[in-house]
Amino acid sequence: MSSFLSFLRWLQETPASVGIRESTWTYPVIESVHVLGLCLFLGFALLWDLRLLNVTLRRVPVSDVQARVMPWTNVGFVLMVISGALLFYEEPVRFYGNIFFRLKLVALVLAGLNAAIFHFFTAGKRLIEWDSSPVSPASAKTAGYISLFLWACIVVFGRFIAYNWFDPLVQ
Amino acid sequence: MLFPRSWFGLFNWIEHTSYGTMIRDSIWQFAAIEAVHLLALAVIGGAVLIVDLRLLGWTLRRQPVKQIARDAEPFLLGSLFMMLLTGYLLMASLAASKYYVNLAFQLKMIFLLLAIVFTFTVRRWLIYKDDTEINPAIAKIVAIVSVLLWSGVGIMGRGIGFY
Repeated sequence: MSSFLSFLRWLQETPASVGIRESTWTYPVIESVHVLGLCLFLGFALLWDLRLLNVTLRRVPVSDVQARVMPWTNVGFVLMVISGALLFYEEPVRFYGNIFFRLKLVALVLAGLNAAIFHFFTAGKRLIEWDSSPVSPASAKTAGYISLFLWACIVVFGRFIAYNWFDPLVQ
Repeated sequence: MLFPRSWFGLFNWIEHTSYGTMIRDSIWQFAAIEAVHLLALAVIGGAVLIVDLRLLGWTLRRQPVKQIARDAEPFLLGSLFMMLLTGYLLMASLAASKYYVNLAFQLKMIFLLLAIVFTFTVRRWLIYKDDTEINPAIAKIVAIVSVLLWSGVGIMGRGIGFY
C-alpha cells in the first residue's frame, strides 16, 4: 500500500495537478460541473429507479424510459466520472486518506454491481414484457430500492469528503 | 452589495435564533443538512430537466408534455420544499456574518426568485397545454430559460463557498 501512496504523492506533484490546485477558477468550475452534473445523472437515475418501483412515469412503457431517458443518464454519468476524477487528481493524497472518500468508492462499486446484475440478469430482454404489466416484478423493485439507498449514501459521503473530521488516515 | 442595508437586522435576528445558534455550534449539523440539500438537488434536477428536455424534443417524444409534467410535479414541489427548508436552515447558521455579505448568495437568491416565478407562471402555463397547442419555438425558449435560471441558482450556490 505504501507504494500506492508514493504513486499518489507523485501524482499530486505532476504539473497539471499543481496547476488545478493553484488556479483560482479551475477547481470551482470542475466542482460546479460535478454538482450540477448530479441533476442530470442522479436526477434521471432516480426517475429510472422510481419507474422500476412504479412510482412515476407509470404510463410510459419501461422500455421507452430505458431507450429515451437512459442515454441522458449515461451522458450525466460520463460528466460525473470525468469531473470527479479531476477533483481527485487535484488532491489525491488527501482523498485517499479521507474515510468518506473510501466509503463513497465502496458504495459506488456496490451501485455498479447492482446495476450490472439488474441489466444482465434481472432485466435482460424482459423489459418489453414489463411494459404492459401494471406492477413491477419483485426483482426489479429490489434493484430500485437498493439503487436509491446506495446513491443516497454516495451523495452524503461525497458531501462529507469536504469535512476533515477523521483526517488524516495517512499523512 | 445587492441586499438593502435595512435587511441586516433581519439577518442578524435569524442568525441568533435558537436553531441558527444550534446549527452553528454543532460539528455535524451543517454538514448533515447540506447532504439533504444535495439529495433534494438531485430530485429537483431530475424533475425540472425531464420536462425541459421533453419541451426541447430531446426525450420521451411519444408522450404528451402534459403527462410528463404531471408525473414530475410532485417531485418538483416536494424537492423545492426540501431545498427551501434545508437552504433556510443552512443560511440561518451564519445569516448575518456570512450570507448577508456574500455576493454569490445574493445572486443565488435573485436567480432563485426568478426561477420560481418563471416556473410557476410562464412554464406552468405552457406545460399543461395539449401538445397541439404548444408552439415548438416557444417551448424551446421556455425550456432554455428554465435551465439557465435553475443553473444560475446552482452555480451561485456552489459559488457561496468560494466567495
